[in-house]
Amino acid sequence: MKDTLLEVTGLSKSFSGLKAVNNISLTVERGEVLGFLGPNGAGKSTTMKMITGFLTPSEGNISVAGCNIKEMPLLAKRRIGYLPEGAPAYGEMTPMGFLHFIADIRDIPRTHKKARIDEVLEKIHLTQVAHQPIETLSKGYKRRVGIAQAIIHDPEILIMDEPTDGLDPNQKHEIRQLIKEMATEKAILISTHILEEVDSVCTRAIIIARGEVIFSGTPLELASKSSYHNAVTIMVDSGLEKEIQLMLEEITEIKDFEITPQKDFTRMTMKPKVGVTDLRQSIQAKLDSTVYGIHQLYVEEGRLDEVFRTMTRKHESGGIHRT
Amino acid sequence: MKGLKAIFKRELGSYFDTPVAYVFIVIFLVLNGIFTFYVGGFFERGQADLAPFFEFHPWLYMFLIPAVSMRLWSEERKSGTLELILTLPVSLTASVVGKFLAAWVFTALALLGTIPIWVTVNYLGDPDNTVIAISYIGSLLMAGGFLSIGSCVSALTKNQVIAFVVSFIICLAFNLSGFPMVLDVFNAWAPQFVVEVIGSFSFLTHFDSIQKGVIDIRDLIFFASLIGFWLFANVLAIEFNKGD
Ligand SMILES: Nc1ncnc2c1ncn2[C@@H]1O[C@H](COP(=O)(O)OP(=O)(O)OP(=O)(O)O)[C@@H](O)[C@H]1O
Ligand SMILES: [Mg+2]
Repeated sequence: MKDTLLEVTGLSKSFSGLKAVNNISLTVERGEVLGFLGPNGAGKSTTMKMITGFLTPSEGNISVAGCNIKEMPLLAKRRIGYLPEGAPAYGEMTPMGFLHFIADIRDIPRTHKKARIDEVLEKIHLTQVAHQPIETLSKGYKRRVGIAQAIIHDPEILIMDEPTDGLDPNQKHEIRQLIKEMATEKAILISTHILEEVDSVCTRAIIIARGEVIFSGTPLELASKSSYHNAVTIMVDSGLEKEIQLMLEEITEIKDFEITPQKDFTRMTMKPKVGVTDLRQSIQAKLDSTVYGIHQLYVEEGRLDEVFRTMTRKHESGGIHRT
Repeated sequence: MKGLKAIFKRELGSYFDTPVAYVFIVIFLVLNGIFTFYVGGFFERGQADLAPFFEFHPWLYMFLIPAVSMRLWSEERKSGTLELILTLPVSLTASVVGKFLAAWVFTALALLGTIPIWVTVNYLGDPDNTVIAISYIGSLLMAGGFLSIGSCVSALTKNQVIAFVVSFIICLAFNLSGFPMVLDVFNAWAPQFVVEVIGSFSFLTHFDSIQKGVIDIRDLIFFASLIGFWLFANVLAIEFNKGD
């Protein structure tokens, strides 16, 4: 059963002539993590600000768990947890005081307010700094305070603008784990510039450029747009790459070779021609018929950063774009 | 209501999170003392009342109240927390009223600090305490009027200094509009009713009768509607400028 918790249709926003967001539509179901991608200034934050009721859309409709944000703003806001860009907070307050304030506004019953705050502080690893003014915290800790604030009321819909920005690798990992854990019973929308995040936490991704949606699909679909999709990479002893290339060039399904010398080995990547799905088989067969020993062989899903670059560049130079 | 209360509590607490609150209260008390006892000639007058004390309040508030109100909304804009509270389940009106009430209660606390002056006159003579009590209420009402102006102005800028200066100028105008010297200038060329309207906006005029111990419902309505008007403008100022 689909349970659409967030539905955005035809959303646009103009700032004195500049169209920052142009006719964006998206839905997020319960159990989904939608990754929101796009170059700087694409309109990700502006879209989120409209969804959460901060900015008023120029056009379009936003429905949060069935509540129209325009007609029932307070009801809609109750069901959303929001981490704004830059994780703003009251600097003179401590994380403890700040979370008490948010819990009061969120109307968390006094009986389990304290327990809930402690639980969240623990979960986001803020317990040691719980009594230190927020303005004296490091950037990563400030971000964590923002995340804690967003999940304190266990919202059904979670909207986070660059949640892992400024976190150390361990914390990045933990926050991603946390997002995945929460995802089962929530609808989550996150914006990010980190493409591996799309792979590791998102069930779907949307790329926008200049305010317009240019891609919408699963991370796998996105990866399949890469020229590295189904490419085969092998590691060979350095020095042998020339001979091996000569031999593999007989395989007509190969579009081109990429040779990267490394310390003891050389990496060879063969990209398939359009439409070829099983390059591995041909290469494996060819190699098996020879004496060359290879150290590794794997098939690539595709490189997201490459797809991202080609898609958003194409769009910027005014080329065709999909919607 | 829950939201308003939470906003109020946080705001009032934030005054005391920094030394500014204590500095403000000390300055307020010291200036009150100076104005009452030295400038106001408290001892020379040989009269046991607090008239000089209250007479200075409009002028004292004119620059002290903008100092209390300047950060109310400009700081929220500057730090980005405006986005936070506008996306929390609390209406903008409740936030505006909550923050205003916090600033007002803070001012009331400062005013409470002047009670020793009241005690002093009772020690020195036999003042009319009803008049003094009414004057305190009037002074607090007037402070609310000044605060509502300052709160609205602070919603228009990220810069506290600008908020202070602009509030000060508007407060000054509200004081001066009842000044005979100013009214004479208008008398020279404007029709009588215009002069009366200008005069009727003066805090001085409305505070003057309260301060004499006379509670005129029109003065109360004046301050109440003034506060209502500026807070309404405050809501609009945020509603239409929140994106910047
Ligand atoms: N208040 C505003 N007034 C005018 N223009 C604005 C305003 N807010 C955003 N913009 C413009 O709208 C566009 C989209 O900005 P937005 O912050 O949504 O981008 P973004 O995708 O979040 O970028 P980033 O990845 O850098 O965070 C930008 O060109 C920005 O300059
Ligand atoms: Mg952004």
